[in-house]
Amino acid sequence: MASYILRRLAGSLPVMGMLALLVFSLLYLAPGDPALIIGGDLATPKDIAAIRENLGLNEPFLSRFGLWVSGVVQGDLGRSIFTGLPVSDLILQRLEPTLALLVMTTIVALVLAIPAGVIAAYRPGGWIDRLLMVLSVLGFSLPSFVLAYLLLLGFSVKNEWLPVYGYVSIREGVIPFLRHICLPSLALGLIYASLIARITRASMLEVLGQDYIRTARAKGVSTLRLLWSHALRNASVPIVTVVGTGLGLLISGAVVTETVFAIPGIGRLTVDAVLRRDYPIIQGVTLMFSAAYVLINLLIDISYTVIDPRIRY
Amino acid sequence: MAHPVEAALEAPHGTWRRLPLLARFMDFSARQPLAALGVLLLIAMVLVALCAPWLGTVDPQAIAPARRLRPPSASHWFGTDMYGRDVYSRSLYGARISLVVGGAVAFLSMLVGSVIGLAAGYSRAVDAVVTRIMDALMAIPDILLAICLMALTRADIQNVILAITITQIPRVVRLVRSVTLSLRGQLFVEAAVTSGAPFVRVLARHILPNAMAPLLVQGTYICASAMITEAILSFIGAGTPPEIPSWGNMMAEGRSLFQAAYHIILFPGLLLSSAVLAVNLVGDGLRDTLDPRLSRRL
Amino acid sequence: MKIFPGFFNGRLTALALLLATASSAHSAGTTLKFVPEGDLRSLDPIWTTSGVTRNYAYMVYDQLFALDDQFRPQPQMVDQWTVSPDKLHYVFTLRDGLKWHDGKPVRSADCVASIERWMKRDILGQSLAEAISEMKAVDDKTFRIDLTSPFPLMLDAFAKLAAGALFIMPEHVAKTDPNTQVMESIGSGPFRFVKSEWVPGSKAVFEKNPDYVPRNEPVNWGAGGKVAKVDRVEWIYIPDMQTATNALRSGSVDWVAKVPQDLVPQLEQAKDVNIRVIDPFGSWVLMRFNHEQPPFNDEKLRQAVLWGINQSDYMTAIAGEDPKYWQACYSYYTCKTPLSTTAGAEALMGPRDLDKARALIKESSYKGEKIVIMSATDMTLSNASALVTADLFRKLGLNVDLQSMDWGTMQQRRASHAAPSDGGWNVFFTYFSAADMLNPALNIPLSSNGAKSWVGWPVNPKLEAMKNQWLVAEPAAQQALAADIQVEAFKSVPYVPLGQFMIPTAYRSNLHGVIEAPEVFMWAVEKR
Repeated sequence: MASYILRRLAGSLPVMGMLALLVFSLLYLAPGDPALIIGGDLATPKDIAAIRENLGLNEPFLSRFGLWVSGVVQGDLGRSIFTGLPVSDLILQRLEPTLALLVMTTIVALVLAIPAGVIAAYRPGGWIDRLLMVLSVLGFSLPSFVLAYLLLLGFSVKNEWLPVYGYVSIREGVIPFLRHICLPSLALGLIYASLIARITRASMLEVLGQDYIRTARAKGVSTLRLLWSHALRNASVPIVTVVGTGLGLLISGAVVTETVFAIPGIGRLTVDAVLRRDYPIIQGVTLMFSAAYVLINLLIDISYTVIDPRIRY
Repeated sequence: MAHPVEAALEAPHGTWRRLPLLARFMDFSARQPLAALGVLLLIAMVLVALCAPWLGTVDPQAIAPARRLRPPSASHWFGTDMYGRDVYSRSLYGARISLVVGGAVAFLSMLVGSVIGLAAGYSRAVDAVVTRIMDALMAIPDILLAICLMALTRADIQNVILAITITQIPRVVRLVRSVTLSLRGQLFVEAAVTSGAPFVRVLARHILPNAMAPLLVQGTYICASAMITEAILSFIGAGTPPEIPSWGNMMAEGRSLFQAAYHIILFPGLLLSSAVLAVNLVGDGLRDTLDPRLSRRL
Repeated sequence: MKIFPGFFNGRLTALALLLATASSAHSAGTTLKFVPEGDLRSLDPIWTTSGVTRNYAYMVYDQLFALDDQFRPQPQMVDQWTVSPDKLHYVFTLRDGLKWHDGKPVRSADCVASIERWMKRDILGQSLAEAISEMKAVDDKTFRIDLTSPFPLMLDAFAKLAAGALFIMPEHVAKTDPNTQVMESIGSGPFRFVKSEWVPGSKAVFEKNPDYVPRNEPVNWGAGGKVAKVDRVEWIYIPDMQTATNALRSGSVDWVAKVPQDLVPQLEQAKDVNIRVIDPFGSWVLMRFNHEQPPFNDEKLRQAVLWGINQSDYMTAIAGEDPKYWQACYSYYTCKTPLSTTAGAEALMGPRDLDKARALIKESSYKGEKIVIMSATDMTLSNASALVTADLFRKLGLNVDLQSMDWGTMQQRRASHAAPSDGGWNVFFTYFSAADMLNPALNIPLSSNGAKSWVGWPVNPKLEAMKNQWLVAEPAAQQALAADIQVEAFKSVPYVPLGQFMIPTAYRSNLHGVIEAPEVFMWAVEKR
């Protein structure tokens, strides 16, 4: 088991390496001259040359890459071109709102999707099943920001039940936190939920058709216990897989949701950086999210052994 | 009188094909209502996009500051935006952008992805390099990758299509590669190879047709995904240039005035959702028809 | 009942103390929540002309001189100064009690270093630098400036209100190369910047500077006694104006710097919100040509375009339909100020004549070249102007290439002398604070010295000569001279004035003392 983990970790290193190369190439390929931006309208060519020297922009590709990688490993992701502040600081500052959004969204999605998918599979062809199928296609087709605006229209603009913007840290109170995070996590979560619900239903359908389920039923196991410890347990591998791979979708969606709801998270940091072509930030965020994505999926892989003891490595 | 379809099914082989198109479609929609709806919706979208100039529209770029922010009315069915432009006209012309981007991305990613996937499935050397790159690309969340790519270039439709295509290629590669790998071991492929057929012919004649079905299904999902991605990119300002009326751009412009004039966001948003829904429904239908096994596996 | 004499003494004092502490406890911990017009990205007001950075600078830094509401320079950090009869020697003495946020006293060496750094970046400062023979600190509180020729606008230059304002920084900070941004925040102003709580892109925090010694005179814009009446100021950057408006209505913020005119109706309905145009002069919008590249290097084409420009189209697109918030102004000087005139503006005023414009275009050297119009999509003003212009140019038969980018990229690109097809440009739009366009000397984009002027690089030696004359002319002659300069300007058209607009500000009714001025000043503002 431990050796499996180590092997997988080692296996993900080439991916990370390739990732680092791709992300670094972004700055290298970028058009425009960061030295010009830093120097401003009134800088002379001599000033600009000095700035380029300062930033090490004249070095060849490999040495710059090496420098960057060694920095990254030590936690230094470079400095924002516009504010001059370290990218890692900027990211850390904004980590909490984004994490809160992602966690709450996942909770909302799981709470909605799994029961729905289970019930739909339990009574295939019933009204819940039909409704779920229609809703999930709908949910998957509605871009998250369209959904966000519809929710805003209904809950905040017309009726003023929920706040329109912003993020309140949970440290400042649970109720304000929930009120502010409610709509954003719904907007994102409903879409995530439709994806998970479909998989849950499909997976459960397959499991429920198995012999051992009928056996358990015949032995008199209660419906609830049947669904939970017998069926769902066995069906969960694809579900957990989708939760992992859907994370990429979540992260993308977070970028938009944070923009719509003015949440000061990493998504908004990225959007601002894109518009200003602040490459170090774009690089740092991309690298961080991708690395997180790889690691989480690795964790999910490892968790299979816990969920489904039949899977042995 | 017997139902024409049933009668045809009992008739000699080939008769079904000679049934009128409408009857075939009615039969299809009886069996797959949602997919039929999707097809109809998609056809409607395409028609709207093609015939936009003749559907009561005006120049989508014509500004008239004196008539800005009017709510929907008889003269402006969807109202006007903050520069006095007609939202209805812009919405219809916006369909062109989304459909073109969606279609182009789907086509290009399927084309390039298939070539790479076939090569990767066939040759171990290519596979080693390709899988690493594809894995790394897939590790980067779609929007972030698209954003990175768009940050490198100036905003225009070609670059948007290119950027989104690059984010979708890894999925196609993975699909085609796995099909190629699994088929490579099959007897009929080995037979073709031993009989001296050039490997391109093997790929094209034997492997590709088998990959076609899941590929097409994947293609429709890519189309839908591309439409949403383009809209998101335009929404955050990293997509199609703003003077082009795309649905994402219109929603981006309407953002600041959402409460004051939500019609600017509402109509493009609904149209976008309908278009994506249509494509998704068609994809589901294709999947159920071409490969019922897939629908259970999802 | 007879009250023992001493009965109340102690108690009265105690009561008075209690009341005093109660009211200060009431204001102790007052936090003012403000939504600035943009994100605070740079902490260096000398390096950037960004308005938000300038707002920040007014909070944490102090000025030697400051303009009052009559645009006259008044001493602020300076206690007194002497001018020699030949106007070539100035000696300045600083006030007592000026301290940096780290506790050290403000010395004249700090002032000298700050002025030197500022002179390298600001255009008026550069003119001043040419006239200075020597500037040095005499002792810790005095410094002198010796000129080679009289520079009557020196105090006005020091007291500049908007772009290019002079803020005094500590010597070691001011010695930073002017092309490198200052990252530190050590000022001597009425507020302190709480850098530890700064979240770029989201929040900036200031607290009252207890060591600040305000002047005795009543406050008047940036002059007089700048008393901070709130303990803490939080700047909450909300890029979405609708969100900011909602936050104002619900009370989660107290003051929004600039409210787009389209959202004003929502605030008018709200009970506790005041909407005021505190900046009566507002901002100028202008269309800037690239005078080095064809086709707008041809004066005739620039003049031709004037006949088609309809200022009300631009203003409506930018500032909405309510004329309260904009005005057409056919002048190179801010309307409603002493020098404003319509001399030479016939092509811009009156009914628009597109046919005449087309005829003049034919007479020019225009051969159908592509005209690259730059539009910054993250700035409504630029975007709206670009769209209106593209529409107009197309109607005039010109070949338009509308290119969109973000403001930062546009700022970078407009500095390029390259051909438009090579990463250069032909037209872009921007705005200046109207306080910057009062007269020929302050008006940066009017300057027509070719490559030495602001981007666009217009050339008109005659205009420059007239400007130099104006600088040293008697006040009586200045009016006429300024009108002549404008006539000349309408011939070479360094830029096209597109109108003046005033964006309202909105704040909750429990804020008192908000100053009506072209810049945001947070002293004297109370929250009850």
